[in-house]
Amino acid sequence: MTEADLGLWAIPVAILGGAIRVSTPFLFVSLGEVLTERSGRINLGLEGTLVFGAMAGYALAYETGSPWIGVLAAAFAGSLFGLFHGLICSLPRVNDIAIGIALMLLGMGLAFFFGKPYIQPVAPDLPSIGFGGWSDLPQVQAALRVNVLFLIGIAAAIALWWMFRATRIGLLIRVVGDSTDAARAMGLRPAVIRTLATAAGGAFAGVGGAYLSLFYPGSWNEGISSGQGLMAVALVIFARWNPLACFWAAILFGGAGALGPALQSVGVSEGYYLFYAAPYVLTLGVLIVTSSPTRAMTGAPGELSITK
Amino acid sequence: MADQNPSRGGEKILSPDGWLAALAQRSEAVVLPMGALLAGLAAFGLFLLILGKSPADFYALVYKAGFGTAFSWQNTLSRTAPLLFAALCVALPARLGLVVIGGEGAIVLGGVACGALAGSVSGLPGPLAIPLLALAGALVAGLWIGAVGALRHYRGVNETIASLLMAYIAIALMNHLVEGPFRDPASLNKPSTAPLAAHLRIGDIPGWDVHWGLVVGILSCVVAWVLMERTTWGFAARIAGGNIRAAQVQGLPVGRLILGFTALGGAFAGIAGVFEVAAVHGSANASLASGYGYTGILVAFLARHNPLAIIPVAILLAGFEASSGLLQRRMDLPDATVLVLQGFVFVTILLSETLYGRLRIFSPARWRTNQ
Repeated sequence: MTEADLGLWAIPVAILGGAIRVSTPFLFVSLGEVLTERSGRINLGLEGTLVFGAMAGYALAYETGSPWIGVLAAAFAGSLFGLFHGLICSLPRVNDIAIGIALMLLGMGLAFFFGKPYIQPVAPDLPSIGFGGWSDLPQVQAALRVNVLFLIGIAAAIALWWMFRATRIGLLIRVVGDSTDAARAMGLRPAVIRTLATAAGGAFAGVGGAYLSLFYPGSWNEGISSGQGLMAVALVIFARWNPLACFWAAILFGGAGALGPALQSVGVSEGYYLFYAAPYVLTLGVLIVTSSPTRAMTGAPGELSITK
Repeated sequence: MADQNPSRGGEKILSPDGWLAALAQRSEAVVLPMGALLAGLAAFGLFLLILGKSPADFYALVYKAGFGTAFSWQNTLSRTAPLLFAALCVALPARLGLVVIGGEGAIVLGGVACGALAGSVSGLPGPLAIPLLALAGALVAGLWIGAVGALRHYRGVNETIASLLMAYIAIALMNHLVEGPFRDPASLNKPSTAPLAAHLRIGDIPGWDVHWGLVVGILSCVVAWVLMERTTWGFAARIAGGNIRAAQVQGLPVGRLILGFTALGGAFAGIAGVFEVAAVHGSANASLASGYGYTGILVAFLARHNPLAIIPVAILLAGFEASSGLLQRRMDLPDATVLVLQGFVFVTILLSETLYGRLRIFSPARWRTNQ
């Protein structure tokens, strides 16, 4: 079996496989951001959380030999970043967008600082399940080798969707996100709920980072993330703050991210760097199409500073 | 903005202790950022202490490597120029209430424009060709960041996310242009544009080992300050930054202000890229994306978006960056140490925003009351 057997079909197969592989960090970060933004706050710093989660996950997986301890460590570190963001933003007159930028830079700086000794060692990978056994083609089998975290991400998307729709916690977060005054009138404490939602959102982003370093690309280095955390924030706007839509948006963005490598795998190297820019161009295009200068975005939480 | 309250200041100056009251009010804008900077440095010192490193050694080394000798001053000052331009790219849109953080992309594109066009103007004498190259870099980068402003104004696209996405796109564009259409076949290991002809290179300030970018950068800050503080445009921008709706009701050209200030900020960042190519690297390559655009964000926030304050803040942060090498060698700290330090300072600066108008020492009206 060689690449030539599939001909041009190799491109969509590679894009599908790439979409599944590349989408998982988008999925986790965007779910975390949905949780945060539904409570009325924006966390632009998830890019930094993602990178720190990648480092923490890789380091702990290497030290303990268990990738799952790495994932837990990444989630814990991410929740600390989220908690910090949430606490700072609870102070009056502190700009949540600026704090997000600062924590993005701080998170990346801390990750590079503590991650220096872990660039060389090899940590154990997260397990994956092959769904391509029905096919004889190695390309198809490779494309359908799905990581367990991807499946967990799907489950989390459904769980969050159900939480916002049918549970008391989901309702509380939505009330706080839509109107601080209404929440106060109900006797809720908006700052506390927002801080907890931001912390939980940070944990999701940390797990997304652990996926990067523990499965795909599967090693820790300073170039591990190239804006996935930031794109996920834009993706949430595209998904209209709906966890289920986040899943499809993540697949779409993952596919765009896989475009360059897929074309390269069949020998197209002309303009490789332009295809590499595809996810950013797609994100920008989505932002342009979905934004409006005059009306608030449908589905947007009322207290969100980014849409006011 | 907490310091925009001129009506309250006027009557207080007439009271018996008027000069003291005026001083107290004015000093808030200086003392709070300085205090926040010191708090950030102290917090980072604590961080080092927890890691078992000596903060005293650390800051002594930073002083020595950044400001201790004539050589270290030259090292610091040659890193200052791009920070001045990059900070202006944040500070000018900030006057309108826009948080633009994609200056890195504007620097990169300005540099690529310079490197790509250098060949076609090499027939001209240097004093004519260099300004043309600078203009080209400023134009490309100005259009790039101006597009962020246009997207914001006409489509309501969030300028923070859009500008950072466009920075990633700009870097991909640079890689494409430098590895493809404009690649110099002679550049093997590091794809670059053709080296600039000798007469197109920008030299050093006579007697110093610092290129002219520093002088142009300081002049740019002064020009930006005059624009913001002493012209009707700057005044209109401040009104619009405070309240877009009110500015529109008053008939201010909000759209043109947004386009103009974002494009001007981008143009300044583009000039930083031109200097990086024409004075430092000699050709456009991946070294253009070295993070000056991101450090510039911190410079602008520390300076509270005041172009004159940007000058000392940029020198200070350039000194931190200049000390990175020595810190790695002497204290066995990773090269990301300066990033962490910058992150600490950034967070404390933003935290200090919550204190404006709340400390009694800065508000004479509350000196004699018990609140």
